[in-house]
Formats: sequence, C-alpha cells, structure tokens
Amino acid sequence: MLRHDAASSASQIVVEDVNHLYRPPKGRPVLALDQVSLKVRPREFLALLGPSGCGKSTLLYLIGGFLRTERGRILLDGEPIAGPGPDRGIVFQHFALFPWKTVRGNVLYGLEKMGLPLEERQRRAQAFIDLVGLTGFEDSYPSQLSGGMKQRTAIARTLAIDPKILLMDEPFGALDAQTRQLMQSELLGIWRRSPKTVIFVTHDVQEAVYLADRVAVMTARPGRIKTVVDIALDKTAPGVAKSKAFIDTVDAIWGLVRDEAIKAQEARVSP
Amino acid sequence: MNVLLRYLPLALLAVAWELAARLGLVSQLALPPLSQVVLAWMQMLQSGELVANAASSLWRAGAGLALAIAVGAALGIAMARWRPVNALLGPLVEMLYPMPKSALIPVTVLWLGFGDGSKILLIFLGCMLPVTLGAFNGARGSDQALVWSARSMGASRLGMLWDVVVPSALPEMLNGIRTALALAFVLLVSAELIVAREGLGYLIGYLGANGTYDAMFAVVLTVAFLGFAADRAYQTLMHRLLLWRE
Repeated sequence: MLRHDAASSASQIVVEDVNHLYRPPKGRPVLALDQVSLKVRPREFLALLGPSGCGKSTLLYLIGGFLRTERGRILLDGEPIAGPGPDRGIVFQHFALFPWKTVRGNVLYGLEKMGLPLEERQRRAQAFIDLVGLTGFEDSYPSQLSGGMKQRTAIARTLAIDPKILLMDEPFGALDAQTRQLMQSELLGIWRRSPKTVIFVTHDVQEAVYLADRVAVMTARPGRIKTVVDIALDKTAPGVAKSKAFIDTVDAIWGLVRDEAIKAQEARVSP
Repeated sequence: MNVLLRYLPLALLAVAWELAARLGLVSQLALPPLSQVVLAWMQMLQSGELVANAASSLWRAGAGLALAIAVGAALGIAMARWRPVNALLGPLVEMLYPMPKSALIPVTVLWLGFGDGSKILLIFLGCMLPVTLGAFNGARGSDQALVWSARSMGASRLGMLWDVVVPSALPEMLNGIRTALALAFVLLVSAELIVAREGLGYLIGYLGANGTYDAMFAVVLTVAFLGFAADRAYQTLMHRLLLWRE
C-alpha cells in the first residue's frame, strides 16, 4: 500500500525559527522553544518525542494556533497560521470532552459548527461513533465512561469534522497500558484508511516508533529539534513490535532521548 | 412512608405548639394556638387578602431575582474573561459583597418610592453579587483545553463563551443563585415590613400592629412555606440541569 506518493514531498507545515517564551503568572519568563525549525509533509505521521517539559506540547499548540507565534513563523500550506481552525483537529491527553454533552452531543458539536443539515450531522456522528467502537454508548455522559472510551469519543469528535491535520497531545498518556496498546493499533488502522497529516506528541519511544513515519527528537528545555529519524518499518507486518528491526530502532532513538531526559531530570532537581 | 417519617419533626412541633398555647404554658397573646392560626389563614385565603398580597410579593421577588441573575451572570463571566473588567469591577464587588443590603431599603425608597419599583431594585441589588461571584468563580475555572477544543472545531470567540464558559460556570453559578433566592425573601419581607402598602411583609406588620396575632402568624407561616417551596423547587431544577455531573 502506498502511504504517500513521491510528489508529496512538498511540506504542508513549515515551522521556521520559532522561539517561544513561557510567561508564568509569577516569576521570570522561561524560554520554552529555541529556534525550532521543522517541516511536516502532507499525510505523514510525525511524532514529536522528548522529555517532559521540553516544549513539545507548546510547539503543537503553536501549530494549532492556540498560542501566538511571537518569533519566527509557522506556515500551513504556505499561509501563516492566524488562530485555531477546523482544518487542524486536536486530541488532548485529558480528553477535553464537554462534560455536559453526551457522546453523541460531543461528536455533533463540530458538525453543528460546520453548518451541515441535521440529517447529515446525525448520520455522520453515528458513523464516527461506530468507527471508534462506541455503538450503544451514544447517550452516555463522559463521567460515565472509562478513560479509553472518553478518548475514543474525543477521537471520533475530531475525525468527524474531517480536519486535514490531526494534532495529538499525548493522547494515550492517561490510559492504562493495555488500553494504550489497543488504541495505538486502532489509530494506525484509522489513519491507514483515511490518511491525514498527524503530529503526535509523546514521551514514549516505543509509541513514537510504532506509530510514526518520522520521529522528531527534541532536546530538554529550551526545546530544540535535535534530529529527525525516518522509521523504515512495515507496521502492517504481524508482530512488528517484537521484531529485531523495531527493537534496534527503539534503542537507537532511546539513546538520543536519554541524555535529554537526564538533563530534564537534573533541571528539575536543581532549579 | 419515608416522606411521612421525614416530616415527623414538623408534626411534633405543630402538636407542641398547639399544646403549649392550649395548656397555658405560654400566653395565647404571644403564641395563639396553631388551630386558630390555621382558621385565620383560611379566612384570609377566602377573602382574597392573602392571595393578592402574596401575588404582589412574588412579583417583586421574581422580577428582582430575574434581573439579578441576568445582570449578575453577565458581569461575573465578563470579569472572569476580560482582565480590564475585573480590574474595574473586582474591588467594587469585594467591597459591596459583605455590606448588609437591608441598609439600602431607605435609599431605594428615596429613589423609587413606596411601590414595586423600590422593592425590585433592592432585591436586584441585594441578590446580584452572589450570582456574580458564582459565575465569576465558575467561569474562571473553565478548562483551557475545552476552550481550545471548541475553537478548533470552528467556534468563534463569542460562540465559545456561550458553548463552553457558560456551561462550565453553571454549577457554581447555580449555587450562587440559590443563595440569592434565600436573600430575595429576606430582603422582600424586610422592605415590605418597613415601607409598603401591600405584600406579605406589609401584611405581617399591619396585622401585628392591629393585634390580630393569629392572622399575623398565619402570614408568617405562609412566608416560611413559600421560602421552603421555592428552595425545594429550585433544588429539583438544579439537579435536572446538572444531571451530567453524576
């Protein structure tokens, strides 16, 4: 199966020399991102990997348009990003479902904003609820669902509005290990059936290698792109996660991340 | 059965009241027997006196409270979302919140006279701040990720306010409104006792001055019951609105 054709090497998202100062309510501003440059190709699955506090989520929020780019620029299909929009769907670690809406209500929200006719909205919401395996839970509130089901709802809600780009902020970080594995392979399945550009933030090397075509490794704060690694593995092969090639790749990338993780640790111990 | 058991203390109190008055434990002038109070209540109900005055009182409380909720919620949310608004109004709210609003009774009379207007204004002013604070605290706590989710799904800034901030603020705001509801009754009866020509508070003062104590107690009980019923109805409504919270 062809995941992206040769002609698609043109970049869809271009991050150029982006700096970001984090200004806490009290205390001094902290340089969170330092001269970050990155190119994301259309329909590729890119993982942003780094130790906690390295600014990988910040970079995602900048691409999402939730935070303003002060220094440098971020282009989407050649245009600078001017704010959030339905062309970039986002999935958060803690789901960010509307707790006062049911599963169906949550999935319908974005469709209502798109101004689709009622019947089309209902049909599409149901299709995506079915896709993520929540058939029968349409009328449940988020407080009645398990973590995995909440994240399925959030994914259905985001996929339903059919964004070109999917931004995922450690989406499986709050799930138990089994659910996480299950969700990872389901996400890959969904992505293969309707390839979108995915930017996936994680601090889990295995997860990054398993999911992504390319892994961008970030340094400890201030965050920089240390290197971008191509993952040349056939993910459709059974037992790929146990293959030697997979384990070697994880080891190699872990080697890159380890120094940064240690730096991040030390920074936390001695502030 | 459960309901009966629950209201048993109330029945015991009623019996104690009747006996205390009948057996001469307290003077019947200070506490007329309950049976006599009930009789007076039925007479006032038949004459239409009670209904007319209750209607006038409820209109004042309802209008004042509705205004307080509308303006108070808008102010609280505006303060939570826009820093200049908070800088301007925050200190005012803080200073005025602990002030006993009954002190405003003469002021509102001075401005709007003896009629409905002064009561409605008083209740509006007195009940607004609990709603404002509830809405403010609720709106300030709204989750950034929810706001961003809504924006990324195509909500405008203003639309997001309605779609995310208002429902996020709802639980705390509804608690503020419950406080306001109780306050509305306090202010209503106080104001009507002091300066009014109709209303339940006025009726209590008038009957008391006339020495018709059984009727006076009948109106006091009516006010107590209305306050209780309003709070109960409100709690039911609140429960419905917050079903999603589990």
